[in-house]
Amino acid sequence: MLRYLYADELARHPRLRKSTFSDRADQFHSRLGWDVSVNQDGLEFDAYDAMNPLYVIWQKPDGLHGGSMRFLPTTGETMVNDHFSDLTDGVHIASPFIWECTRFCLARDAAPNVSAALMLGGLEVGLGQHLSHAVGVFDARMVRIYRLLGWPPTILGTKGAGREATSVGLWSFAPELRAPLLRKSGLSEAISRHWYARAFGLREPLAATA
Amino acid sequence: MSGTLEPSIERIHRAETLEDLNGEILALREAFEVEHLVYHSVNSTGEQYAALTYSDEWVDQYLTEDYARIDPVVQGCYRRFHPVDWKNLNWSGKAAREFMGRAQDAGVGNQGFSVPIRGPSGQFALFTVSHQCNDDEWAKYTETRTRDLILMSHFVNQKALEIERGTDITSLQSLSPREKDTLTMLAVGYSRAQAAESLSISEHTLRVYIESARFKLGAMNTTHALARALSMGLLVV
Repeated sequence: MLRYLYADELARHPRLRKSTFSDRADQFHSRLGWDVSVNQDGLEFDAYDAMNPLYVIWQKPDGLHGGSMRFLPTTGETMVNDHFSDLTDGVHIASPFIWECTRFCLARDAAPNVSAALMLGGLEVGLGQHLSHAVGVFDARMVRIYRLLGWPPTILGTKGAGREATSVGLWSFAPELRAPLLRKSGLSEAISRHWYARAFGLREPLAATA
Repeated sequence: MSGTLEPSIERIHRAETLEDLNGEILALREAFEVEHLVYHSVNSTGEQYAALTYSDEWVDQYLTEDYARIDPVVQGCYRRFHPVDWKNLNWSGKAAREFMGRAQDAGVGNQGFSVPIRGPSGQFALFTVSHQCNDDEWAKYTETRTRDLILMSHFVNQKALEIERGTDITSLQSLSPREKDTLTMLAVGYSRAQAAESLSISEHTLRVYIESARFKLGAMNTTHALARALSMGLLVV
């Protein structure tokens, strides 16, 4: 199921939390070789995890992490503005209607529908929170996957090469993206809205269609 | 709907002191057609600033009783960044229910909507409107005004930061050359598609640059952003 949890809420779910950050260490440190810090318990955290971000997490039936991403508002500190302004034409991207999305991560054993489910969770956040765009930092090779999922970002810039290539891109939010992501994730609209409403309160009736 | 806010925004832009701003924040109660409105900011060093329309008695009682400990609005918004309808907060505890009763006795209202704001350098602020009406009326109100409330909360916050911090905020909020190029092209009559093509960027990227510039200029929309940028002498056309 999709969970929408701020860091202080995730702290109340120790198994989910630990598996989230150990899967991040596995993906970003072991598999991609990014310059990230992994602590002695094998967990990957950065300074932005300490800013109480909002995580969208796919929780597997066994309660552990299957995939996740991290949101922060661009009116405060963000990774893009602090470290990647060379990829945004020097534009400090800031707006209450644009959030930053980083650390898109999949567990090694994640089921094939998890990436679509996570994108669906990201879309629910954007539509539910009146956002126009998300600005993201991601492994450049993910672009192919985002395209297959039917929601490719607009690339602002890429640096590094090979598996260390990192891109900054923009996703725009639109309600018509929901139907294809539901189909690709194998989830119903009712359950997706239910998971969102459980975290943020019900904004739209369950019967409403996309 | 947003059109009615422009005079308020212009007056907020003209505020030069916290006293000026305070008056404008209190006047927003009429613009938003609500019984109460609160803006409360805490910066990274713990300094606070607040402007609010609640009665002095309620403010005294709130501080004396240290209601911030149990207030579900504070608990639900502190360190968060998504706007909340008070209905979606957890009022189930006995202390929270008692607090709600006292707040209603003090005329706060039975409905509320709060926008948490995360600003630069760990700054946090909360912008709240509260009102007395039934659930259907409130649902209609929030459905049509949420975007305006988010916009206004940030205008107020940017102004408060500008007054409090002076020049260091200005540099943070200043437009990059690319944002100026974008606005300049729109100001001389290019369409978005033409401007994007001239700058060799996609229209999505252009939209994000415009939105970023709109936010930094404290403008309602693109037209307002262009007017402000021109009047501030930021564009050469």
